[in-house]
Amino acid sequence: MTQFSRRPVLSLLAGFALAPRVALAQTPLRIEITEGVIEPVPYAIPDFVPENAAGGQYAAGLARVIAGNLSGTGLLREIPANAHVGRITSFEAPVQFADWRAINARALITGAVRVDGQQITVKFRLFDVVSGQQLGDGLQLDGRTDAWRRMAHRVSDQVYQRLTGESGYFDSRVVFIAESGPRDARRKQVAIMDQDGENVQYLTDGTALAFAPRFSPTGDRILFTSYETGFPRIYLMDVATRRRQVIGDQPGTMTFAPRFSPDGGSVVYSLSIDGRTDIFLLNIGSGQRWQLTQTEAIDTAPSFAPDGAQVVFESDRSGTSQLYVMPLQGGAASRISHGQGRYSTPVWSPRGDLIAFTKSHNGRFHIGVMRTDGSNERLLTASFLDEGPTWSPNGRVIMFTREEAGGNPSLMSVDITGRNLRRVPTPGPASDPAWSPLLP
Amino acid sequence: MKLFTKATLLIAALALAACNNPREGEYESAYGAGAGGISSTALGDPNDPTSIAYFNETIGDTVNFTVDSSDLTPMGQTILRTQAVWLNRYPEYRILIEGHADERGTREYNIALGARRAARVQQFLIAEGVSAGRINTVSYGKERPVEVCAEQRCWDLNRRAVTAVSR
Repeated sequence: MTQFSRRPVLSLLAGFALAPRVALAQTPLRIEITEGVIEPVPYAIPDFVPENAAGGQYAAGLARVIAGNLSGTGLLREIPANAHVGRITSFEAPVQFADWRAINARALITGAVRVDGQQITVKFRLFDVVSGQQLGDGLQLDGRTDAWRRMAHRVSDQVYQRLTGESGYFDSRVVFIAESGPRDARRKQVAIMDQDGENVQYLTDGTALAFAPRFSPTGDRILFTSYETGFPRIYLMDVATRRRQVIGDQPGTMTFAPRFSPDGGSVVYSLSIDGRTDIFLLNIGSGQRWQLTQTEAIDTAPSFAPDGAQVVFESDRSGTSQLYVMPLQGGAASRISHGQGRYSTPVWSPRGDLIAFTKSHNGRFHIGVMRTDGSNERLLTASFLDEGPTWSPNGRVIMFTREEAGGNPSLMSVDITGRNLRRVPTPGPASDPAWSPLLP
Repeated sequence: MKLFTKATLLIAALALAACNNPREGEYESAYGAGAGGISSTALGDPNDPTSIAYFNETIGDTVNFTVDSSDLTPMGQTILRTQAVWLNRYPEYRILIEGHADERGTREYNIALGARRAARVQQFLIAEGVSAGRINTVSYGKERPVEVCAEQRCWDLNRRAVTAVSR
């Protein structure tokens, strides 16, 4: 950076040189997240202004949760409070933009909080510091104090949406498998947490091996596979009540790899019998079942397209595991993966445009994405063992399981440009993440 | 005694190829039939040729597979023939064949691969005269390695099917 960057008008120009993906100041601040390498946009988020004494205990926490979300995208970089020149002492007072330009902030988030008994009120505004314009309207959120983190996530989603033009993904949760104990007698529990790793709760007690939980399209139910009976069976659980039932059970078979249809009314899954593994569709309400594949091969890991018309799955019918797409209304499955190596665990993006997958080749494992016709394959990660991608609600970030040689598995996230590889905090070893939709 | 002699000849080969699974009791207690219940199985005297311990250790309860394959190796077929002789001699035992995979694959595929391996062993034992009604199969995929290390020697041992007998 140059020495004249302290002058507001020139800092704007310098900002261009650094962050070419950020649009002109004359137009509102806009981050184009579809592009490749970006210099993160600097922003400031002072502690929220407490509007009464009880609000004071949330003033810093709200700002920290929001900053954690925004900086965690890799698209934005927080300018720490000890570098701030300006002070926000009143939510309604005019913003002294010069103070924020002086520290090269491009965006400023201000907020206020008050607490009355169990009720919390959170307000925020987002400013384009360079143009001195407010981005979108100020917003007030009201709720119970125990939902304060969710309110911070809602604010984060608003900020993300106003800056990128895309819907956010912060007010969401992740189901995963919490692992403990020795590797050859591993304890595996279904667990749920906020997207940022907070509020971990355990949904199963760990007496039976469980794996691969999946969210319903409305986020209120999950599917997972458990060995509770001694054999793999698919369980459907209501997240709020923890009530669960076995579905798709058929004596003498193993059932696993379930996923919901986009309308939440059906489940695609795998059923193994006599060494063959095929894909089935089950209507949850009626119990009616359809066999979607019929081969001697392993057909597994089915995932619906968001429009519900097609299913992508993996099959080793060609000799090695590859990805196939089949129309639900019948007709041949067509192979879409054509690169070297083995492809598995395909997952259709919620935007419908991409399929994420696990690829193994030359002893390494990758998370990758390709178009739904198999073109434009891009590998986003590489390690000893990366597997099981799941999409953020907006289709911009992928979470997956990483296991280093001899190490414990952990959850990682990466954005679909391959940037911003991060570890997702969990209380212990963790695997098999599945991202919920945005919470209602 | 005749069986013991035959088995003795096999011991050297078995020691090379098979990894005995001394954790039969653990499987039983953790994942035995019956939801949530803990069942126990007496393993008996390893010198008693009718005991589970004898089957596990002396006959050999495990066959191994090559990468991504469910084909039975010549060694595997030899072990399974010996298993079948024993199982046909002691029809009071029930049989659960556990298919396993190494960790170098995805979770779902490995469940399916383990199912395929277990089914292959099941078909072989049935062809050797073991009653189909005695046999159940289950796949653990890569969830229950018998050896833990990030090396080929462990993966080789973890690609296996274990014939677990119980009364």
